[in-house]
Amino acid sequence: MKDVEMKMKERAKQLLESGEVARVVGWKKGDFCYDPSPATFETVEELDNFVYDYFCGANLSKYLIQISKKEGKTAVFLKPCDTYSFNQLVKEHRINRENVYVIAVECMAKFDIEKIKEKGVSQITGVEVKDKDVKVSSLYGETTLYKPEILLTKCETCQKTHQVKDEEIILHERPERDVDRFAEVKKLEAMTEDERFAFWKEQLSKCIRCNACRNVCPACSCVKCVFDNPASGVAAKANDSEFEEKLFHVIRAFHVAGRCTDCGECSRVCPQHIPLHLLNRKFIKDIDGLYGEFQAGEEAEGKTPLTSYTEGDAEPNDVLNGEAK
Amino acid sequence: MLKIAKNKLNDLYAKINETMGLFIPIKKAGEVNYHVWGEGKEVSIETLKTVKSPKNMFFPQTENMMKFKTEGKNLEIIDLRDEKRPFVLFGVRACDYKAIEVLDKVFLADPVDSFYQSRRAATTIVTLACSRPEEGCFCKAFGIDATAPQGDVTTWLDEEYLYWQANTEKGETLTKLVQELLEEGGETEVAAQKEATAVIIDKLPFSNLNLDKFKPENLNELFDSPKWEEMSEACLGCGTCTFVCPTCQCFDIRDFKTNEGVVRYRCWDSCMYSDFTLMAHGNSRTTQMQRFRQRFMHKLVYYPSQNDGLYSCVGCGRCVNKCPQHLNIVKVVKELGGKEND
Repeated sequence: MKDVEMKMKERAKQLLESGEVARVVGWKKGDFCYDPSPATFETVEELDNFVYDYFCGANLSKYLIQISKKEGKTAVFLKPCDTYSFNQLVKEHRINRENVYVIAVECMAKFDIEKIKEKGVSQITGVEVKDKDVKVSSLYGETTLYKPEILLTKCETCQKTHQVKDEEIILHERPERDVDRFAEVKKLEAMTEDERFAFWKEQLSKCIRCNACRNVCPACSCVKCVFDNPASGVAAKANDSEFEEKLFHVIRAFHVAGRCTDCGECSRVCPQHIPLHLLNRKFIKDIDGLYGEFQAGEEAEGKTPLTSYTEGDAEPNDVLNGEAK
Repeated sequence: MLKIAKNKLNDLYAKINETMGLFIPIKKAGEVNYHVWGEGKEVSIETLKTVKSPKNMFFPQTENMMKFKTEGKNLEIIDLRDEKRPFVLFGVRACDYKAIEVLDKVFLADPVDSFYQSRRAATTIVTLACSRPEEGCFCKAFGIDATAPQGDVTTWLDEEYLYWQANTEKGETLTKLVQELLEEGGETEVAAQKEATAVIIDKLPFSNLNLDKFKPENLNELFDSPKWEEMSEACLGCGTCTFVCPTCQCFDIRDFKTNEGVVRYRCWDSCMYSDFTLMAHGNSRTTQMQRFRQRFMHKLVYYPSQNDGLYSCVGCGRCVNKCPQHLNIVKVVKELGGKEND
C-alpha cells in the first residue's frame, strides 16, 4: 500500500506543479494511523500530509458537487466503489464532469478501526498486511488479526471495479472474490413479518437522528432536504416514539432507490452501527428482480428502471405477491 | 471503603431498583447506552464509553413541555411534566460527571430550567473510575482525574470486586439502602488501581494537550484564523459530534399540532445543522465553516469566558471516535493551540 501512496503523491505533485489541475482531492493524515480525513491539496507543500492506506474508507465523490464548481480543474483519487457514486452524480447533473480529472486507485478493502478495537487491541500505531493476516502494532505489542473480520461492512461483499477513469494507479491485482452481497437481505426476507419488524424496531430505535447517513450519502444530494426545511411541514428533529425514526429511514431508502450505488457509507458512518445498507440492498435486490439486473452508477447517462416506463414493467400486484423475490 | 463481589452486582441493581429507578449502561442491539435497568438486561458497566453520554437522563433528546387547549376564547395551558421518582445513575465516568457540572452551569443558572432541575434533584449519581482508558481519551488535559471521579458515590471495578465509597448525603442514603450487600475492605486494591491507571493516563497521546491559547483575550485572533476553512472542509454537517457530546446543550422548541391541542416540545439541536441559527430575518451562519467554528469556539473560548475559565469539553473523546470523517476537537486544539501542541 505504501508504494501506491507514493505513486499517488508523485502524480499529485506533477499535476499541481504543471498547473494541469488547481487542486487534488484525497485524504490527509490524522493523529493516529487510522483517522485520515478527506482533504483538498492546493500546493505541493500540503502534500506532505497526503495519505492513502487501509483506513481511507471515506467516499470522496460527494465532495465534488461543491468542488467541481470551483474555478480550475480538480484531480480526484477514486476507489472502485467511489466511481459508481461519481457516475451517478454526473448523471444527475450534480458534478461538473469537465472540471474533474479522475485518477482510479486500487483498493484492497478498507479496515474498520472499531472492529479492530473490539478485538481488544488499543493504542494502535500501525498495520501491516500479508494476504489475510493483518499484523497490528500497538504500544502494547503486536497482534495478528484475520483480515475478513476487520473490514468495513461495505468492503465485506464488494466486487466493484472502476467505472470511470482518466488514468489509473493500480499496482496490484485484486484477488477474485465470490461473495453474495444479498446474503444478509435474504436472511431478512426469510424471517416472518413479525420477526423482521422486531429486527428493524430494535435496530432503528438506536437512531439518534444525527443525519450522518443522509449527509454522507452521495444519493442524498438535495440542496435542501425536506426534513431540514421548516416550510415543508415535515421538518423534525424529534421523534414522537422510540421507533418513529423508521419513517425517516424508510422514506430515505425509498428516495434513493434506483440511485443508491450500494457504496455503504451510511452504515460506515452510523454512530450506533445500524445496518442501514440492508434497507438499500433490499431495494436493489427487488429492482433486479422486477426490472432485470441493474447497477446504479455503472453509466453516467441513460435511463434507469425507476425513471423509465416500459410495457413489461412490473405491476403493483407483482410486488404485493412477492414476485420481486 | 466498602465492596461487593462482581458476581453479586445483579443483586445490587435489583435492590436499588426496589425503591428507585436505575439507569445504567446496557447493551441493546450491539450498542451500549444508558437505559432503565430490568432483570435480564445486559448490563455493561465495563464499557468505557457509552455511545450517547448520560446527559439525556437530565436533558432528554425529546421531551414534551406543555400543551395548549383552546375553547372559544379560553386558553388552557397544561403542564406536561411528570413526577420524577428518585433514580440512580450508575457507572458514570469522570469525564461524563464533569460534563454534568458544565450542564448545571447552564440549566441551573438563572432562569433555572425546572425540567432539568427536577431530574437533577431526584438523582443519585454513582460514578465509576476508569482503569483502561484508551488513546482517544484526554480528560487529563482538562484537569480531570479519571482514577477518582466525584459523585454521590464513587466506585472502582476490578476482576473480582466493585469497591464503593460514599461522598455525599445522597450517597450515604443509597449506601444504607444497599448496606446488607456490601462488606468492608478494598483500600489497598483501589490505591493500587489508581496508581496503575495514572501511569497509563500519563502515557496517553492527548493527555498533555496545551490549552493556554484558548483564552477570552485571544477570541478575535482565534475567530479570524484562516485555518478554520481547511479544518472544516471535510465536515459533513451531521450532528454526530453534538449528539454524542456530553456537554452539548443546545435545543430547539417547537409546537406540534395534535388532535387534542398543541403540544410544545423541545429536542436536542445541533449547531452543525443548517437551520440552527435560522431566524425571521434570515440565517446568521450560512456556511459549514461558520457552524464548525462556532462549535469549537463555544467549547474552548465562549463558554469558559462566561464560566470562570471552565472549558465545556471534558476530553471524553467521543467525537474523536465517532466523527465519520475524523474531524474533532483535538485536531482543532493542535492546529490553533500553538507550538506547545506540535
